[in-house]
Amino acid sequence: MTQHSRDLSRRRLLFGGAAVGAATLLTACTSNETPAASTQTKAAGDGAGNNAPGKKVVIGFSAPAADHGWMGAIHANAKAQAAAYSDVELKEVDGGTTSEAQRSTLGTLIAQKPDIIVVLPHDGKEVNAVALQAMQAGIPIVNLDRVFPDALASRLVIKGDNYGMGVSAGHFIGKQLKDKGVTNPVIGEIAGLEIPLTVERSAGFAAALATYGFKVSNRRSAEFTSDSGQREAAQLLQALPKIDAIWNHDDDQGIGVLAAIKQANRSEFFMVGGAGAKLAIDAIKADNSVLKATVTYNPSMASSAISLARLIAQGRGMGDLTELQVPKEVTLASETITKENASNYEKLGF
Amino acid sequence: MSDVTPTATPERAAQLPAQSPPVDPAETAAASEKAAPTGNRLSWWRGDGGDGAKRNLGLIGVLVALIAVGAITKPDLYDDPTWVWNNILAILQLASVVGVVTVGMTFVIIGGGIDLSVGAIVALAGVWCTTVATQSYGAGGMIFAAIVVGICVGLVNGVLISYGRLVPFIATLAMLVAARGLAASISNKQTQVSSSTFINDIAARKVLGIPILVYILAAVVVAGWILLNRTTFGRRTIAVGGNPEAARLAGINVRRHTMLLYALSGLCCGIAAIMLTSQATSAQAAMANLYELDAIAAAIIGGTLLSGGRGTIVGSLLGVIIFATITNLFAINGLSIEAQNMVKGGIIVAAVLVQQFQFKSFTRLLARNRLTTTT
Repeated sequence: MTQHSRDLSRRRLLFGGAAVGAATLLTACTSNETPAASTQTKAAGDGAGNNAPGKKVVIGFSAPAADHGWMGAIHANAKAQAAAYSDVELKEVDGGTTSEAQRSTLGTLIAQKPDIIVVLPHDGKEVNAVALQAMQAGIPIVNLDRVFPDALASRLVIKGDNYGMGVSAGHFIGKQLKDKGVTNPVIGEIAGLEIPLTVERSAGFAAALATYGFKVSNRRSAEFTSDSGQREAAQLLQALPKIDAIWNHDDDQGIGVLAAIKQANRSEFFMVGGAGAKLAIDAIKADNSVLKATVTYNPSMASSAISLARLIAQGRGMGDLTELQVPKEVTLASETITKENASNYEKLGF
Repeated sequence: MSDVTPTATPERAAQLPAQSPPVDPAETAAASEKAAPTGNRLSWWRGDGGDGAKRNLGLIGVLVALIAVGAITKPDLYDDPTWVWNNILAILQLASVVGVVTVGMTFVIIGGGIDLSVGAIVALAGVWCTTVATQSYGAGGMIFAAIVVGICVGLVNGVLISYGRLVPFIATLAMLVAARGLAASISNKQTQVSSSTFINDIAARKVLGIPILVYILAAVVVAGWILLNRTTFGRRTIAVGGNPEAARLAGINVRRHTMLLYALSGLCCGIAAIMLTSQATSAQAAMANLYELDAIAAAIIGGTLLSGGRGTIVGSLLGVIIFATITNLFAINGLSIEAQNMVKGGIIVAAVLVQQFQFKSFTRLLARNRLTTTT
């Protein structure tokens, strides 16, 4: 019996030791140190006119807590762009994970009376009232990406173009296939999560393809994650034994899409991505995969929002325009990044 | 404090359930038949839950029907034997990750619990094994990290449930939220790309024409089948799930056993995390989204009783393959995901309805009707 229990305790000791060792090794494994992340800013030195320091302004900033790469880049860009100006002080408040939280922190921000506030709302409808309140209190609002329904709720709207993204992708694919002389092409589409913005993207894609007389042969929706991209791409490839072109809505899920294509050993088609992630731009530039282009929906809009907010607060116009004030609305064009221009976009990749 | 009475040494406890899992009449029947193998011959699957075999045949019928629908709707694709073979492999690859998770889930459910955190554990293990620091240890370090993280998280679930007396639903729901949160904070919400060719090759390579992922699924299923049907651990699992009080009185350390079941589920999640990371060549906190529901649904249509005490590994595997076949069927026909999800929901309900339907009482009913009509 004593022999037995001693064995047991020795085994336990060994097991315990192994567990402790494993735990130390594991905790050392959570580090994700990478070279300092690059952000998308415009240096205060380039361009003319607007960069000369003006009166000191305080810019408030509120955006949802970062839950994916794109939103993370929005936060980082706003911060970095503000830091690039000597006359800007950025007051960032936590946008939280709900409209509720964002409304309450925005309220506190308004009470501090900054010169201007940049807001990316969780949902334009739900934060509309607070923005209106700020405008009435004399604090201009710069509305970033998700638009407030009330035109009085913002001084400036700066947003991306989901429909335009689809259009850009459709035109690139349409033109390539037309040039190659393909008459009845097989076109696959790997969409993102089925939310309104994805529906808009797909509508733009279909509309642009229709001008060439083409249509989407098979469409699968993934979830903006790489594993769902792999899953849906693998099925799409199985459904279409021969493909001419694929549009994948999002470069993050594109990591999985490209993996699936490699696993299926297919290369008879070309692919267009979406968003403009750094990895995708690098792959396009290297030209060693089926990914030949990506259409942008760029978080650099946060940097531009800060720049324009500064000009509005200082009462200045945009350097190259004749108008004395900043215009009311800016919609980013969805640009197409190809091998030829990839190096221009490298600094915008996120 | 121990549940084991002093007279019941571990050796005796190990023998007990093999003799008499008192809760399941089908098991006792199977056991007594095994003890006296005279007369009618036993089918090889007989040990896998008795009437489970009949249910599994039904699932194979569903599978054949689904493939027939595919062949009818897409005859041009099904004309090509190479394509058909590749499609079977594609379905199995699609089923492989969820399949491994489902094996662990089946054990937990048979043992009377539920594990809602499996998707989150897969994500956490996947993210943990693809951090820059872990990747610097190479493929071995990544596999080690994923498996140890899986087991540890499973153990935390198990300790909370068996010693902390939390309801499994609550404990694993809390773990679902917490593990995804931890994964998001480790990955800084970014997608982490795996640069290890060894890991990425697991999903890209084939051996003898069959993808490595399919071998891994097969190995886990065989190991799970043996563990459930040919070891005392498996017999105890059925006993604990069927009637924990009777199991305790029979000398089984119910708490420790429950804890081990969740650790086993965590181990399966760790293996699945490596497979999924390899498929996607990357990992992120949002991956393996809703795998818990896929795994539970597959186990349920595979004939595992949600209240515990009954279930088969083969049935769960068939459940996973049926879901993968539906996804594949909808993809090759170019139908929307919405329609696919509706059909999946319908199949879950139909499968449970069919299981509630007692085959024996139906034949009895038929016989009675015939009697009444003839007389």
